[in-house]
Amino acid sequence: MHLALFLIFGALCVAGALNLLLQRHPINSALSLIVVMSSLAVLYLLLGAEFLAAAQVIVYSGAIMVLFTFVIMLLNAGREERTRGSKMAYVIGFPGAAVLLALLADIFITHSGEFHRVHAGEYVVSTAALSGVLFRDLLLPFEVTSILILIAILGAVALARKEH
Amino acid sequence: METGLFTFLIVNLIKIVVVVVILLMAVAYTVLLERKLVGRIQNRWGPSRVGPFGLLQPLADGAKLFLKEDLMPFAVERPLYVLAPMIALGCALTSIAVIPFGANIQWHGVDLFQISDVSIGLLILLGITSVGVYGIALSGWSSNNKYSLLGALRASAQVISYELALGLALVGVVMRAGSLRLRDIVNVQTGHSLVAFLHWNFFGGFQFVAFFIYLMAAYAETNRAPFDLPEAESELTAGYHTEYSSMKFAMFFMAEYANMITVGCVATLLFFGGWTSPFGHFLSGSGPVSTAILSVFWFVAKVFFFLFLYIWVRGTLPRFRYDQLMGFGWTFLVPVAIANIVVTGLWMGLSLPAH
Repeated sequence: MHLALFLIFGALCVAGALNLLLQRHPINSALSLIVVMSSLAVLYLLLGAEFLAAAQVIVYSGAIMVLFTFVIMLLNAGREERTRGSKMAYVIGFPGAAVLLALLADIFITHSGEFHRVHAGEYVVSTAALSGVLFRDLLLPFEVTSILILIAILGAVALARKEH
Repeated sequence: METGLFTFLIVNLIKIVVVVVILLMAVAYTVLLERKLVGRIQNRWGPSRVGPFGLLQPLADGAKLFLKEDLMPFAVERPLYVLAPMIALGCALTSIAVIPFGANIQWHGVDLFQISDVSIGLLILLGITSVGVYGIALSGWSSNNKYSLLGALRASAQVISYELALGLALVGVVMRAGSLRLRDIVNVQTGHSLVAFLHWNFFGGFQFVAFFIYLMAAYAETNRAPFDLPEAESELTAGYHTEYSSMKFAMFFMAEYANMITVGCVATLLFFGGWTSPFGHFLSGSGPVSTAILSVFWFVAKVFFFLFLYIWVRGTLPRFRYDQLMGFGWTFLVPVAIANIVVTGLWMGLSLPAH
């Protein structure tokens, strides 16, 4: 059951991500991104992170992607033009991506014994347990992150403000 | 409790079908209720010709909408144009799945009055509502019509703005219950005395501020008057569903009324004690059968009250102006909701004994 769900939503996630890159109209790309986010939420749920799954849907699929589509609709963005791509992408991008992939694969293979294996559907992290970790054990990092976000918001306001 | 996968699927399928059919009937009759009530508010009769007191009007409306020609305008973005009403109605109907509409009565290990008892039920409701806005946004964009697009833009901006206030308003209730499971939230509010309604979050939990924020934000989320700017007929013809006809239009219509019912259910569960009797053991049933009937009765009665309120507000209040709408949401509702969280937290911290 869990394996079947994982396969279905994992495939959906990859298909959405590919569609995001291949679609030529921005709104289709944005919709594919919503599919990716939502199927990620299901994968979180399979791993027992129920709060994270719900937050993923509410924040990413709901709020952030609505803003994306809002902006695309407001700007009335047309179809993208196909270009050959920049030369830099071919010279540095593809070898770079290959190196990164090889590096990650190497780390995962050599250290695979040290990872803690989790089977899908094994346990569920309750919201209470999560908030215990977040607001008690990791309170300082949590608050520092919130200040970071506040600074980012202030920066956005300062940039968007009209000059007087 | 050990039931096979097959029986589990069959039983749940039956439950889903029954609930969806009842919900769709309720949607049809809410439309009639609205037409009747708004009629009386405006000093006219409302539908009265089809059947006794116009009671068969919803069936006639349904037949009419089915038989209308389904126009497909030339310039629309076809796949999204077809998909949009499905998203709207799908999300509106899905949210009923986590709502408990009666006491927790088990029959052969099956919960009779709830499709699925999820530990994050409230969050799932919020998630489904936040995805539901794509129905409106995409319908407006794919229609390739200025009025539709403006309606859709208004709807997205409005829903995002008010979702914040709505979510913050619910935090106080969740803090009191210490759980996101809807049944737990109701159980916190139960009392046994004759004035059990004083235990409701609205009175006892002192969450009436949260309730009014929730109510106003929910009216805005469901695009109902006085927040119905996405379909303001005097400015935008019909807003986001201008280009839709026949069953596609009906799907938007049903989604709106199903959302109204969901909002009524959530308000009932979170602030008004859900299916419990307002008078403690009085009129709450003794045997399993009478408990079942009376709990559903109280739930339906409370939801009916909220539907009535919806229609009453629609018949009474004029529409907001757009800048008023945004100002009200951001500069009034959100700060008050945050203040409510702080006050509730302080109150709980000071009144509960330290562990």
